[in-house]
Amino acid sequence: MKTPTLIILTLLCAAGAYILVRNRASDIAYRAGKKPALHSLPYYYGMLSALWCALPCLLIVFVWTVLDDYAVHAAIVNLLPESVQALPASEIDLVVNTVINLALYPNALLSSSTPDYLIQAGQDYLRWQQLSQLSLTVVVLVSLFLAFSLCWARIKPKVKARQQVERIFQWALLLCASIAILTTIGIVLSVLFESLRFFQSVSFFEFIFGTHWSPQTALRIDQVGASGAFGAVPLFVGTLLISFIAMLIAVPVGLMSAIYLSEYATPQLRAIVKPMLEILAGIPSVVYGFFAALTVAPFIRQSGGFLGLEVSSESALAAGLVMGVMIIPFVSSLSDDVLKAVPQSLRDGSLGLGATQSETIKRVVIPAALPGIVSGVLLAASRAIGETMIVVMAAGLAAHLTVNPLESVTTITVQIVTLLVGDQEFDSPKTLSAFALGLMLFTVTLALNYVALYVVRQYREEYE
Amino acid sequence: MNSKSGYNRLFDPMAETGQALDFSQHGLGQKTVGNPFSVKAKMSVRNLNVYYDDKQAIHDVSLDINRNEVMAMIGPSGCGKSTFLRCLNRMNDTIENCNVNGEVTLDEQDIYHKKQDVVPLRARVGIVFQKPNPFPKSIYENVAYGPKVHGLVSRRAQLDEIVEDSLRKASLWDEVKDRLFSPGTGLSGGQQQRLCIARTIAVSPEVILMDEPCSALDPIATARIEELMAELSQNFTIAIVTHSMQQAARVSSRTAYFHMGRLIEVNDTRRVFTNPEHELTEAYITGRFG
Ligand SMILES: Nc1ncnc2c1ncn2[C@@H]1O[C@H](COP(=O)(O)OP(=O)(O)O)[C@@H](O)[C@H]1O
Ligand SMILES: [Mg+2]
Repeated sequence: MKTPTLIILTLLCAAGAYILVRNRASDIAYRAGKKPALHSLPYYYGMLSALWCALPCLLIVFVWTVLDDYAVHAAIVNLLPESVQALPASEIDLVVNTVINLALYPNALLSSSTPDYLIQAGQDYLRWQQLSQLSLTVVVLVSLFLAFSLCWARIKPKVKARQQVERIFQWALLLCASIAILTTIGIVLSVLFESLRFFQSVSFFEFIFGTHWSPQTALRIDQVGASGAFGAVPLFVGTLLISFIAMLIAVPVGLMSAIYLSEYATPQLRAIVKPMLEILAGIPSVVYGFFAALTVAPFIRQSGGFLGLEVSSESALAAGLVMGVMIIPFVSSLSDDVLKAVPQSLRDGSLGLGATQSETIKRVVIPAALPGIVSGVLLAASRAIGETMIVVMAAGLAAHLTVNPLESVTTITVQIVTLLVGDQEFDSPKTLSAFALGLMLFTVTLALNYVALYVVRQYREEYE
Repeated sequence: MNSKSGYNRLFDPMAETGQALDFSQHGLGQKTVGNPFSVKAKMSVRNLNVYYDDKQAIHDVSLDINRNEVMAMIGPSGCGKSTFLRCLNRMNDTIENCNVNGEVTLDEQDIYHKKQDVVPLRARVGIVFQKPNPFPKSIYENVAYGPKVHGLVSRRAQLDEIVEDSLRKASLWDEVKDRLFSPGTGLSGGQQQRLCIARTIAVSPEVILMDEPCSALDPIATARIEELMAELSQNFTIAIVTHSMQQAARVSSRTAYFHMGRLIEVNDTRRVFTNPEHELTEAYITGRFG
């Protein structure tokens, strides 16, 4: 049987085992018509046997399939003549692929010039594969049978099926949780190691403090300007400039709309405005991006022209403004939540002393919610720093070291994109510098998120 | 089984109210018995009706509260005591679906008059809530809050004086004088409630409303607040809602009994607890419903 068939068969058997064992268990349990005679409810026994049938078999199929590849590879190599075996590893791989392809599609690929040993190896490969598939089927069937009969025999009062099922689920949950954690760790480590490779060719301090960024490396050794310059300061400054402009828009507007929504708006108005803000949050950033590039940037350029200002067509201002608009709902909905969380009793206390509503908001509600608001702002800042689409479309590509919002700047994210788009030589400093930039980005946003969470935790402690 | 639940209805104070005794058969809708009116009223309420949306919570209540007296309001929970109390300084304005009509006067001035500003009104009629609600600020700032909001002081020294004076009047000064600048939320429940009282006193109100001020406190803290009320009544007019009849008996000079939004009886406290005029009052104080 083919592997997919085997998997389906296993699942069917598990379902069957569930039904059979459950019925049998409920027969036993309620036979006397008195108190249940089993430790757990019947369906726990069913579930336990289904798990015992399915899990080991699926594991066997999985491991077998993985090992099969290696085994087949090794076996084919063994069948090849010594002259071929002596070749370097990458060429042997090629030969092995040819063998497999020849065996699978003889009509399309075979010709009179095909060497005999390849055909022979192909035949052996096919035979080997059949054998492996057959033995897998046998193993799976046997283990299904074993698991089922074992569970059938274990429908007994002293078998604690519920505990066992629950332990299995607990492990399954743990497994899923650890997948998330391990993936994160994996990504972090990979970025870290690639960055270390980058820092072998470019010094860390040059990267952090250098003010010149032009990552072009030579195609030929003798080319002019052979070594790129990897001073990331212009990128940091550009990123901060655009994020700063964005926060300048998003924080006041977002905060004030949150205050309006949570303190003044009638429930009816709130019911309309809140969903609209959420829609704003749902607009894909690529849409904001072309809005920035095609509408806002030319508009700013023209307005600047009227005022006699020199405005670059990819000004930091345009990207920052649009990014600010994008982040507004983020700030406002987080702040709205924390403002809403301030207990009504505090507002009553202040109003009861004769404070007006705006005094109450200024002196009691906002100070009480401040830690939450601050952490919302920090999270928004980390989004602004990591935002990519808008700046790719609306900010510049060339790295200028400037804080003038009317000039064009570039950001860390834009540079990562441009470094990696297109064909790249994987171990050139140019490509590797993307990892170093990624590491910086990651560190900064991680720090911001951490501080934000820390602030929130402090805030919770104060309130409960 | 059945007889037991009937028993519970009658004697379990937690059982649903108004079930054991059907109000319509017991003179509901007649005038309040006892003497709700007086000649030297500090606040007087006439024909007050309060609605939450369409639901009426207060039915035609008239009552005078005398200068420098402690007036206790008792009654089963949900009978409208808090609603009534909150009408006295227009705290009900903050509840969107709440509608008040009738007349409430403070020193003969209608507090629901169109031109009445609630800011000075609430400075004159302060309120202390059921659950202590100190602001998440320092003890000092909590007490200084009202004076600052009302612009009562211009210099720090004056403010210090008001803070100390209020804390003394709330008999909290000795416990907190060494940590005036630590957070008010760090105090014990009883101290927090006294802090809230000090906060109210700091704007020198004429009337203090208290809505079950001790219900979240332990017996010792409760005793201190009760002592405090006796002292405060020398300078302030106090209206207190309480669910504890013992408390009403201990602290108040007159007691008003509410039932399902109606004011049933108002009499001297001793009279109410020894010889109530209305059978509902009697049923309540003898514990036939909670
Ligand atoms: N904000 C509100 N909205 C609607 N109904 C309310 C509101 N507050 C109180 N009520 C209703 O008004 C009645 C009186 O409530 P309340 O004054 O709190 O009673 P008490 O303080 O005597 O327990 C109750 O039936 C209560 O359900
Ligand atoms: Mg109440």
